[in-house]
Amino acid sequence: MRQQSMHFAARVGDRLADVKLQANLKKAKGKFVDMRAAAVREFDADAAACAAAAGRDDAVTFAALRDAGAAIRSKVIDDLDLWLEIFEAKAKASGATVLWARNGEEVCAHTIEIARRHGISKAIKSKSMLSEEADLNAALSAAGVQPVETDLGEYILQIAGNEPPSHIIAPVIHKTLDEVADLFAREHGKPRKTDIPALTREAREALRAHFLSAGMGISGGNFLIAETGGVALVTNEGNGRMVTTLPNVHVVITGIEKILPTLEDLATLLRLLPRSATGQTISNYVSLLTGTKGAADPDGPEHLYFILVDNGRSSLLEDDFRAMLRCIRCGACMNHCPVYQTIGGHAYGWVYPGPMGSVLTPLFTGIERALDLPQASTLCNQCGSVCPVKIPLPQLLRTLRERQVTRQLRPRSERFGLKVWAWLAQRPALYARAASYFARYLGWLAGGEDRIRVFALAPQWTAGRDLPAPQGKTFRERWAAERGR
Amino acid sequence: MSEARDDILGRVRGALGRDPATVAARRQALTASLASPNCGPRPQPVGDLVQRFAERSRSMSSTIDTLATTNEVPAAVARYLADGALGSTAVCWPSLAALDWAGAGLEVAARAATGQDLVGITGVFCAIAETGTLMLLSGPETAATTSLLPETHIAVVPAARVVADMEAAFALLRAEHGSLPRAVNFVSGPSRTGDIEQTIVLGAHGPYRVHLLIVSGD
Ligand code: SF4
Repeated sequence: MRQQSMHFAARVGDRLADVKLQANLKKAKGKFVDMRAAAVREFDADAAACAAAAGRDDAVTFAALRDAGAAIRSKVIDDLDLWLEIFEAKAKASGATVLWARNGEEVCAHTIEIARRHGISKAIKSKSMLSEEADLNAALSAAGVQPVETDLGEYILQIAGNEPPSHIIAPVIHKTLDEVADLFAREHGKPRKTDIPALTREAREALRAHFLSAGMGISGGNFLIAETGGVALVTNEGNGRMVTTLPNVHVVITGIEKILPTLEDLATLLRLLPRSATGQTISNYVSLLTGTKGAADPDGPEHLYFILVDNGRSSLLEDDFRAMLRCIRCGACMNHCPVYQTIGGHAYGWVYPGPMGSVLTPLFTGIERALDLPQASTLCNQCGSVCPVKIPLPQLLRTLRERQVTRQLRPRSERFGLKVWAWLAQRPALYARAASYFARYLGWLAGGEDRIRVFALAPQWTAGRDLPAPQGKTFRERWAAERGR
Repeated sequence: MSEARDDILGRVRGALGRDPATVAARRQALTASLASPNCGPRPQPVGDLVQRFAERSRSMSSTIDTLATTNEVPAAVARYLADGALGSTAVCWPSLAALDWAGAGLEVAARAATGQDLVGITGVFCAIAETGTLMLLSGPETAATTSLLPETHIAVVPAARVVADMEAAFALLRAEHGSLPRAVNFVSGPSRTGDIEQTIVLGAHGPYRVHLLIVSGD
């Protein structure tokens, strides 16, 4: 996907002015938040009831589950090279082929080569964010392989002219029913309908034909299991099962960080993922796919390929950002982010939106190519407090801001302002005097009201809000008076 | 492109500050740790697991019928299909072929499902009480398509095969099969989507309906 994050400010302006998008965002806002909160409450209540019934006083909690999830993911990342080797050996022993890709181009090259080898003309895809990173659909089409997205949301985006997703688990959260109805009427050549179950059935029928005729299935992977050399796929629609059951070739495209050591670790992460993502106790389908079709098996692919992708991930292993590799792509951070809720996913300009995207995009594509993203946060820590693997997202965003400053990537006026402030801050007496003049200036600007409507030094700042006027004396003045008493 | 492999592993080792002399020993230790997996925090339901399984399954939009013996299965299937006007033909796993389907007025073929079949009848490897989940293993006699392609999936669940949680299910799998089959499918209710305006619709790509026949005796 072409990276547009450097145009963040302009894109945000467009999104805020987009009446339809704002209405859609308002409709979606809060739904995932409420559902997650209910799921967490229910887990804690259920765990307490189970413990009481067994006469135990050590009931587990969702908080303990998050600790455990974070610990498992950290354990993997801290020995990632070895877990990759262990996974690779097990996968090979089970009959799969393991390929490695340093970047998106290599992902495309591998996939096209596999398609050629097996004479494939159509590939059905279950949702894979990595294929968005690699721009795989365009590459497949150019190579004469028709890619068909089968997740309902991704399918809608594909027939809308290959629109990018705006959310990692609810890719068409920005579209209304009316827009989908128009698209379907155009694409399927059937009478326009606005009944959601009827639309879903129409897509089901259109995609069923593809499921039954495609020679290759492409999926992402929620987790790779080192113990078994297989992949775990979590879906609600069942398209993940179709893609990995019907075609003769299955290609799994996944990041190198997705490993879990054991099936027990998977069980722990599966208690976290659906609750954090959609508030479900469990997703409808969880599939563990290990090796290829046995001689007497009636179904399943004869060929299984894993493409393990770096594409910037190994650069996150440095200490400051290592925690980010724990991410299990649940989407909770964006669901809870006030900035995401207001601007939607497309404004972020690349594959991953919201707080996790604001960390990943600059690290994957270059800090200088996404200067606004780490600033696009109030650092309120809603994201950090819901992340199932306890990634300290605000801290990572702050570290990225620091990098921008030390690498001199901030605008000159900001750098100058900071220098002035630092100079003043090292001179307490002067600082106190300056602060009291400034407070008086602000009070004068407010002209007796409790707010400033136009702030002459930074008029942009007051374009969409008022600046509260300082009330009474400065903190230092009050402190001095307090001590003098 | 084994060059890519060496490159990626090299970068990872570099970033982790891995001492090459320790690689083999450390890898061996990690591999050995796989043999004694730790369970994480889990609610561990106790008591009437079958009842909990039934409740949780209902909350995942499955429907449930409880039977005393497996011989009652054909009549129960016939009843369910008649109630829903879902026809009288089905495909089933070979392990269920010996039941008296014809006696219940049904035409049931023991083969894998195709895109045309409307009803698929399966057994289960086991069922999970914590979440109301079926665990199905692929294999020569247990086609994965039977629970996937038809619009209605009916599963026969022996009460004795209901376990507490996924950890218990994995323990059972290791004990009875050693390694994993090609596909382990955990199924919790009918397929669904919420992609259009976050409105939940049942029957996205998989079954619209999952009906469970819990058999308490043999
Ligand atoms: S950063 Fe945390 S909350 Fe956000 S998608 Fe990743 S795991 Fe989920």
